[in-house]
Amino acid sequence: MKKRVVVTGMGVVAPNAVGLANFEDAIRNGESGIRFEEELKDLNFSCQIAGKPQISEEKIAEYFTPLQLRGLNSSGIVYGVIAGTDAWKDAGLKIEENEQPDWDSGIIFGTGILGVDKFREAIHLIDAGKTRRLGSTSVMQTMASGISAYLGGKLGCGNQVTTNSSACTTGTEALLMGFERIAAGKAKRMLVGSCSDHGPYIWGGFDAMRILPSKYNANPTEASRPMSASAAGFVPGSGAGALVLEDYETAKARGAKIYCEVLGGAANSGGQRGGGSMTAANSEAVIRCIKDAIQFSGISAEEIDVINGHLTATTRDTTEIENWKTALKNDDFPYINSLKGMTGHCLAASGSIECVASVLQIDKNFIFGNTNCEDLNPEISALISEEKVPRKTLEKPVNILAKSSFGFGDVNAVVIFKKI
Amino acid sequence: MKEKEILDSLKKIVSPYVQRKEGLENFNEETDFIKDLEVNSANLVDVILDVEDEFDIEIDNDSMNGMMTVGDAKNIIERKLASA
Repeated sequence: MKKRVVVTGMGVVAPNAVGLANFEDAIRNGESGIRFEEELKDLNFSCQIAGKPQISEEKIAEYFTPLQLRGLNSSGIVYGVIAGTDAWKDAGLKIEENEQPDWDSGIIFGTGILGVDKFREAIHLIDAGKTRRLGSTSVMQTMASGISAYLGGKLGCGNQVTTNSSACTTGTEALLMGFERIAAGKAKRMLVGSCSDHGPYIWGGFDAMRILPSKYNANPTEASRPMSASAAGFVPGSGAGALVLEDYETAKARGAKIYCEVLGGAANSGGQRGGGSMTAANSEAVIRCIKDAIQFSGISAEEIDVINGHLTATTRDTTEIENWKTALKNDDFPYINSLKGMTGHCLAASGSIECVASVLQIDKNFIFGNTNCEDLNPEISALISEEKVPRKTLEKPVNILAKSSFGFGDVNAVVIFKKI
Repeated sequence: MKEKEILDSLKKIVSPYVQRKEGLENFNEETDFIKDLEVNSANLVDVILDVEDEFDIEIDNDSMNGMMTVGDAKNIIERKLASA
């Protein structure tokens, strides 16, 4: 028997807000987390703006032991540990110093590249012939699975503890992987999510590809413009999102708050064929992924109230909407929004941060407005009714929401959430 | 440098890594880093680096391997300081 899976806890570290309540306020009000970054200017970046969560040293010290804080230089681990720990606590779960791990709880927490600043430190020491000066923390702060390892030790999880990586699909894929593990009866509870480091060594490669906006350095909050006629590329971001997924019966038995149900989803790849490439999605694969997710979830396309798209603010936004339209086949297109107008593109963290934003909309009955989309792209208004792209937050119950994420390597993931 | 000064600095250096704080109450030359203080074995390299910085010496791998107790560490430091 397939188990039902629900969301019982969430945590978020986003460029525009840290913590669930702050994040809800921020996305309701369209608050931007995009700021000018002096460091990027000094390094001659074309795009000198970015989305970076604002976290004080005091806040960080609440989540790490004094020993862990020594030499801690991995922003992805900081973001991921804060979001993951918050999600765990939000689910009403305790962090215990018990002798036995919790065999029924696991972690799938993804990332793209981890601890790049720590890695830079190591490279400088190694090149100077001082390898012995690295200390003991270089490995755990730079291994991709460092984030699931830090969380696993903190929370004492004894089920599968791993890290997935699939570019900007990572967070949504992690959620689907956790869902599958619980549905199959292999775990009762999975902390899922993803994190992404900040800084020039993460963002430089994208700047070099000239896919970031360079004309908004003086007015950063206007730079990220998903679905807008003046969209000029994605603004790089960072942060982490985390969700506790739980077997429905277990959640109910312990009286947990249930945010929504995860009906299921799909992950696939366009194989870098048929118009797909390392950097562009094969539309047929995207359409299949959406259809598969709907079919697997046992709903019909008309039941989807809201789509939280990938929508990064490039010319591909129109293609994504075209793909949704083809896949859904209904005349009444759902509402659609993109978080990236406020946070920028948080790369490996984007999927999980946006899943948190998606679930909040179901739980709190609202559809957040699209920021910087006053000038909706006419190619998009030719496809769907303009009112389906809300520019202001709508207070409206959301029953079923579909969340999509796409990534380099031509990989896709779509997940379907439902009010319970 | 006097023995007591070395022991005092060693206590200060090792403190952040100690998982069994009671072990610090009776900190003497017999104190074993792993058994009495429950320092994670991976952190021993960090203790060594901190000692190197504090005393401006270099502790090679062979010396490090023989450093089980506070007394061992003190002897190594004294030897390195004398040969510096």
